[in-house]
Amino acid sequence: MQPFTSIADLGRGLARGDYSARELAAFYLERIAAANDDLNAFIRVTEERALGAAEAADRSIARGEGGPLTGIPLAHKDIFCTDGVATTCASRMLAGFVPPYDATVVARLAAAGTVCLGKTNMDEFAMGSSNETSWFGPARNPWDRGRAPGGSSGGSAAAVGAGLVPCATGTDTGGSIRQPAAFCGVTGLKPTYGRVSRYGMIAFASSLDQGGAFGRSVEDVETVLGAMEGHDPLDSTSAERGPTRRSGGRNGAERMRIGLPSEYWTGLPGDLGGCLLAAAQELEQAGHALVSLSLPHTDAAVPAYYVIAGAEASANLSRYDGVRFGLRAEDPTDLDDLYRRSRAAGFGTEVKRRILTGTYTLSVGYYDAYYLKAQRVRRRIQQDFLEAFDDVDAIAAPVAPGPAFELGAVDDPVAMYRQDVFTTPASLAGLPAMSMPCGLVDGLPVGLQLIGPPFEEGRLLNLGSEFQQRTDWHLRHPET
Amino acid sequence: MPARDWESVIGLEIHVQLATRSKIFSGADAAFGAAPNTRACAVDLGMPGVLPVLNREAVRMALTFGLAIDAEIARTCRFDRKNYFYPDLPKGYQISQFDQPIVGAGVMEMEVDGATRRIGIRRAHLEEDAGKSLHEEYADMTGIDLNRAGTPLLEVVSEPDLRTPAEAAAFFREMHALVRYLGICDGNLNEGSMRCDANVSVRRRDQEGLGERTEIKNLNSFRFVRQAIAHEIDRQIAVLESGGSVVRETRLYDPRGDETRPMRGKELSEDYRYFPDPDLLPVRVTPDLLAEARARVPELPRDKRRRYREELGLSDADTRFLTADPDVAGYFEATLATGCGAKPAANWIMERVTGSLNRTGLDIARCPVTSGQLGRLIARIEEGVISGKIAGTVFDVLWEEGGDVDAIIDARGLRQVSDADEIGRVVREVVNDHPEQVEQFRAGREKVLGFFVGRVMRATGGKADPGQVNVLLRDALRGP
Amino acid sequence: MDRKTLDRLTRLSQLQLSAEEERLVLDDLGHIVALIDEMRAVDTEGVEPLAHPLDMDQPLRDDAVTEAVDRARFLAVAPLTRDGLYLVPRVVE
Ligand SMILES: [Mg+2]
Ligand SMILES: [Zn+2]
Repeated sequence: MQPFTSIADLGRGLARGDYSARELAAFYLERIAAANDDLNAFIRVTEERALGAAEAADRSIARGEGGPLTGIPLAHKDIFCTDGVATTCASRMLAGFVPPYDATVVARLAAAGTVCLGKTNMDEFAMGSSNETSWFGPARNPWDRGRAPGGSSGGSAAAVGAGLVPCATGTDTGGSIRQPAAFCGVTGLKPTYGRVSRYGMIAFASSLDQGGAFGRSVEDVETVLGAMEGHDPLDSTSAERGPTRRSGGRNGAERMRIGLPSEYWTGLPGDLGGCLLAAAQELEQAGHALVSLSLPHTDAAVPAYYVIAGAEASANLSRYDGVRFGLRAEDPTDLDDLYRRSRAAGFGTEVKRRILTGTYTLSVGYYDAYYLKAQRVRRRIQQDFLEAFDDVDAIAAPVAPGPAFELGAVDDPVAMYRQDVFTTPASLAGLPAMSMPCGLVDGLPVGLQLIGPPFEEGRLLNLGSEFQQRTDWHLRHPET
Repeated sequence: MPARDWESVIGLEIHVQLATRSKIFSGADAAFGAAPNTRACAVDLGMPGVLPVLNREAVRMALTFGLAIDAEIARTCRFDRKNYFYPDLPKGYQISQFDQPIVGAGVMEMEVDGATRRIGIRRAHLEEDAGKSLHEEYADMTGIDLNRAGTPLLEVVSEPDLRTPAEAAAFFREMHALVRYLGICDGNLNEGSMRCDANVSVRRRDQEGLGERTEIKNLNSFRFVRQAIAHEIDRQIAVLESGGSVVRETRLYDPRGDETRPMRGKELSEDYRYFPDPDLLPVRVTPDLLAEARARVPELPRDKRRRYREELGLSDADTRFLTADPDVAGYFEATLATGCGAKPAANWIMERVTGSLNRTGLDIARCPVTSGQLGRLIARIEEGVISGKIAGTVFDVLWEEGGDVDAIIDARGLRQVSDADEIGRVVREVVNDHPEQVEQFRAGREKVLGFFVGRVMRATGGKADPGQVNVLLRDALRGP
Repeated sequence: MDRKTLDRLTRLSQLQLSAEEERLVLDDLGHIVALIDEMRAVDTEGVEPLAHPLDMDQPLRDDAVTEAVDRARFLAVAPLTRDGLYLVPRVVE
C-alpha cells in the first residue's frame, strides 16, 4: 500500500482484493498514529468506529454492492457534527460535546461507504487563516512543520497533504478550503453556495459557509463532491440542482476563455507570479484563451467580508451560553455571570474579536455605515463577477499572497485578514472556486485558483483535470 | 385636575399562537402540554449546526389573517434575527420579522356599546415563541422548559386607536373571536395561546400629540387587559398631576396586587441588532399560497352579525351571544339548517343548551344534543306536535340518553293531544268539579282561568295544546 | 473605538474580558475598524444590499410532525439539568 494513491486506484485495489477496506483503514490509522503527534492534523481519531465501518464496507464489496467511495478512508473537519462522536469546532467551548445527530454531509458520505478515520483540526469556529486559533494548538504544514497549514480547514489539508488519509471534508467561508489546499499542496474545492447542505455543519457565517472537499487530485475531489452534494430539505439554503457534471464553457464550448483579473495578478511577488503565470499558460497551451479583465471592487472584499462574517458570527455564536451544551462556568453568582464567564472561558481571543466586531457593525448607529454598506459592496462584487462571466468561462487567480508562512509570523489580526484577499471575493459572491497545486516556491507548494459562475463546478473540474493531465504538481508530496 | 380632563391612548400588541401541528421552523410537535423538553428537537434547542425550515401552514395562516382584516399583503417578506440573551431563548436570537412583515396595514371592525369602531392594524408578523422559565421548583435555580420554543406566533400590532380600558378589552376579545373564526388559533387563554402587551399613554384632552408611553407585558385575559390598563392610566395621571413625568419603560401587571410595576432587567433599553437571518431566504407570497389562504377565510364575525340582525331579525343581544364564539355560531347555523325558526333556535341555544353546558362544564363542540336533534325538537313545537314544556322533557332525555326526538316522543307517549272531543271532555269535567271557581270567573276574576288551564294540563299529562285548551275553557266557563 | 463602546459591546455580547485582554482587544478593534472603513471608498449609491448570494425563494415545509424527541440524548450533553429541565441561576422577572 502506498499512501498517496488516488481514490480510483484505491477502489481498484479493493475490488481486486489486493487489500480489504479494513486493511486499508488500518494502514492509514497507523500512519496517523505515527505522524499526528507531530502534525496535530487530527483532533480525534475514531479507530474503533473506522474499523467497524471498514468491515461493513468489506461486506458491501463482497456482495458486489460497492460504489466509488466504498471502503475509502476519509476524515471530517471537526466542524461537522458526528452522531456519537465528539465535535468541538476546535473550541474549548465545545470540548466534550457529543452531538446526537449527523451533519447531512457526514450521513451522505457514510451512506456512500466511506470510512471516517477521525475529526480534523481547524481554526476555532473556522475563524482564522492559519489554524493557530485552535484550542488544540495548530496543525502543522507537512512540507515544513514550522509553517502553518493554512486555515481554517488546516487539519484536513495537512492530513491529505501528508498522506494520512486520501481525502477529507472541509468548509470554506472566506477561503478556508482553498488557502490550506494551496499551502499543503492538495486540491480543494469550495462549491457554489447552496450546492452542499449546511445542516449539522457548525455555523460561522451562514450566508458564506460552504462545505467542500480536499483530495490529491481533481478527480478525487470530484468523487467526494458527488457523494456530499445535493438538495437537503433540512437546509433552506440548499439548492435544488442536479448532480455536478463535467462541462465545457458557455454553450458547451470545448475551448474556454479564461479571465485573469488585473486586481489579482498585479503586485504579486516575482516567483509566485511567475509560477502562477506558467500555470495559466499551461491552460493556454491546452487550447484555452487567456483574457485579462478587471474586477474593480476586489479591494473592498476583505473589509466587506469581515463585516458580514462578523455580524453573522456574532449571532450564530450566541447559542453558546453554558445552558444546553458546552462549557459552563463553575458556581455562577447569577445569570449574567453564567453567560459572561462561560463565554469568556470558552472562546479564544480571535472568536471574541469577531463577535465584538459583528456586534459593533450591527448595533444602533453603525448598522447602515457598516452592515448595510457591506451588503451593498457585496452586491457590487457579485455584479463584477457576473458581468465578467458574460465574457469569460472561468477566472484564474492566485489563492494566497504567498506560500505557507511560518507559525506565529502573522501576529496582527488585520494582517491575517488580508491573507484572504484573493479568496473572499468568490465567497461573497457565492461562487464555486477551486485550488490546485501549480508549482513550488522556495520548496513550498502554491495553488492556482479557478473561479466559475454559480453551479458551474463542472467547468472548473474539467479545466482542473486537463491541467493535472498535463502537469504533475498534484503528484508531488513532502518527503515521508 | 379631574380624571375626565385626561384622555388615554392605547395600542395593543397581541401574540397569537398559530394552531399548526408542528413548529414554525422544525418538525417537532407543537401541541401544548407534555413533559418538559420532550417536544423540543435539535432545532428548537438551538443545537450547533442545525437549521430552520419554514412551515408552510404558518405562512398560510398569517395570510388568512391578513385577508380577513383587509390588510396589505407583502409580495415577499423576510425573517430577521432579534438578538438578546435569555435562558428561554435557546439561540440567543429570536427569528422574527422586522422591516418586511408578511401582513401590512389593515383594519379590525368591532362594536363597542352598539357603535361600530374601526381599529387600525399596523402590521402582523410571524415569529417563533420562546420557552418557559419555571421559578417555583428550585430555591436558587430556574428551570427551563423549551417545549414552547419554536411555536409559531403571529404578532398583531394595532395602531394606538383605542381610548379606554374597556375598548382595549373589547378589541382583545374581538381578536380572540376572529382568530378562532379563522381557525388559526385555539384561543385557549389559560394555555397562553393569546398574549397581549399594551402600550399606554395619557394626555390632556386639549393636548396635541401623544404623551410618553409605557408598555405592559404579558396580559393573558380580557379582565387583566382592562384592569391593568385602567391601573396604568390612573398611575400615569397621578404621576403627571403631581408634577412628575412618565418614564418610557416596560412594566409587568401583577393581578394579585392589582398594580403594574417596572420589569427588572428591561430598564436597559436593548439594542436588538436586527439583521436578515442568513439561514432563511426571502419568502415569496405566490398566487397559489394567497388563493389557498383566501379559500380559508370564512364568513367573518362582522358579516355574521350584520346577517343575523338584518336577515334573521335577531336582537343585538342574541346576535352578540351567538357570534362571540365560532363554535356557538356554527351550532346555531347547523340548527337553522334543519329548517326551524331563528328566534326559537336562538332561545333554545342561549337558555337550555348553554345552561346545560355550563352546568356540566362541557364545550359546545361536545354537546350531547346535536344541532340536528335540536332543530327537529324545535320543529315539533312549531308543528304543534309537542308543547314547549314537553319539549323540555324531550331535551333532557336527549341530553342524558341521546336518541331521536320523534322516537322519544312516541315511546313516551308525549304527543300533544289536539283532539277537540278529548280535550272538551276533560274541560267539562274540570269545570263541573270546581263550581266555586266558576263563580269567581263569572264574577270577573280573569285570573282564575290560569287555575283551570293548570288543572286541564295536569289531567292530560301536559299533552294538551294550550291554545286549544284556552279556547275550550273560555267557552265552557261562559256557561250554558 | 473607545472603552465605553467596548463596554457596551461586551455587555451586548455577554463576553467578559480580562483587563489585559481588554487592552489588546481595544487596540485590535481599532485596527479592524480602520480595515472595514476601507469599504467607504466604494460608491454604493443606488445599490441594493445583498443579504444572500443565492437568488432563491424560501422553501416551505409541509406542516407535519417529523421529529421524535429523545430528551435523554439532548439532556445528556447539558451541563446542568434536573427533572428534565435545564437549570440556570435563578431568574427574577
Ligand atoms: Mg413586540
Ligand atoms: Zn413578538
